[in-house]
Amino acid sequence: MSGRVEREFEVFVDGRPFAARSDWTLATLLLNEGHFQFRRAVKGGTRAPFCGVGICHECRVVVDDFRTVRACMTLCRPGLEVRTGGE
Amino acid sequence: MSSLRDVIVVGAGIVGSACAWWLARAGLAVDIIDPEAVGTQSTASAMGHLVVMDDSEAQFALCHRSRVLWDTFLPHLPAACEVDTSGTLWVARDEDELAAAEARRDFYRDRDVKAEMVAPAQLAAYEPNLRKGFRGALLVPQDASIYPPAAARWLMDKALEIGAKFHRGRKVEAIADGGVLTRDGEVLKAPVVVNAAGMAALELLRGIDLGLAMRPRKGHLVITDRVPGFCRRQVLEFGYLKRAHGDEDTSVAFNIQPRRTGQMLIGSSRQFDVSSREVELPILSRMLTRAQEFMPRIADLNCVRAWTGIRAATPDGLPLIGPILSAPGVFLAAGHEGLGITTALATAELITNVVMERRSRIDGSPYLPGRFAESKGLRDVR
Repeated sequence: MSGRVEREFEVFVDGRPFAARSDWTLATLLLNEGHFQFRRAVKGGTRAPFCGVGICHECRVVVDDFRTVRACMTLCRPGLEVRTGGE
Repeated sequence: MSSLRDVIVVGAGIVGSACAWWLARAGLAVDIIDPEAVGTQSTASAMGHLVVMDDSEAQFALCHRSRVLWDTFLPHLPAACEVDTSGTLWVARDEDELAAAEARRDFYRDRDVKAEMVAPAQLAAYEPNLRKGFRGALLVPQDASIYPPAAARWLMDKALEIGAKFHRGRKVEAIADGGVLTRDGEVLKAPVVVNAAGMAALELLRGIDLGLAMRPRKGHLVITDRVPGFCRRQVLEFGYLKRAHGDEDTSVAFNIQPRRTGQMLIGSSRQFDVSSREVELPILSRMLTRAQEFMPRIADLNCVRAWTGIRAATPDGLPLIGPILSAPGVFLAAGHEGLGITTALATAELITNVVMERRSRIDGSPYLPGRFAESKGLRDVR
């Protein structure tokens, strides 16, 4: 897919740059890049998008240091800094 | 005395649970009775800040004694109690608050409580999310926080381990000389009854007028999802003292506490004479607006739950601890307002010493339940 779709800008996931588009959600980007641990459950289990439509909150990631968002409901924008693997 | 038990403790909040353990440790046979379970009311709603307050010498003495006692137990509390010992930071907004903060530091230091001023330039290093421009802060490094219902459970378990008995789900209708009457019609007899029923304590004393009413003082709290590192220790506005401890009917004051889970617990509000437990959005809004004036990025956090609790406030802000002279054998341990978690252990120690006719390290007279009756010509004089 990444070969055929034009990328527009970079977002930073856990400090690493990824080329992204403004019509992609963070969930789209992360799954396209093979990044499956969005966060950890309290007891340590891996969590990733389940419903994909903003209901289940399983895909939570942190942007701008402390803002927790649902990756499936958040569009990519230039320079966005995303932290995954939190609780 | 041929009774099956020496003491009945009414109420299994943190104060009742602490009293039960202390009395059992003194060798007494203790029964505890509560209409629900351990620590379900004010204890469950509370923030769990172990803080030495100094509205008066008497308040300071009780808090300080209790902190000394807590310090001996904190290392032994189970993980569920979420012990955090990173201290308290009191933020001063203006010169008046800064002067008051410095006076408080001196008050603490004169009484062997560690306290130091933090200059404005250093504040960001202590708490990066504080807005710039404050005049300084008072750091009290030995303050701590705990998860109150788990701590109450621990105290109860310690009491049960040494023979205390818990009557869970049984409501006491009235307390009288010689025992308690339960809703299911049983009279449980004991030579000593300790009334730790919180807001309900005075209603249980049928026919005894102590010359005071306890007023409910409602509070709101909000907890966020996990944002570890958002703040590092409990942070309050110095104005909390006058806003929270003044007589205004409704007030809010900034208070944030990082939990061991990485969640942020945000307060605080105070409403006199409101006993409904519903969350009131206008109050919540005022409280969170206030909080954002100190830490603007609180606006970015997700609140996952809000709740309220009722503090049992006495007219002079001091708890009711000690014997009721017109009802021999009946003792009160109630009315701790917002300080019951901090002072539970000192209250338990005082009650035990009075019951056992032992001397206490601190003067118990400021907390005697009869202190309001004297001026009103009522029977329960000291």
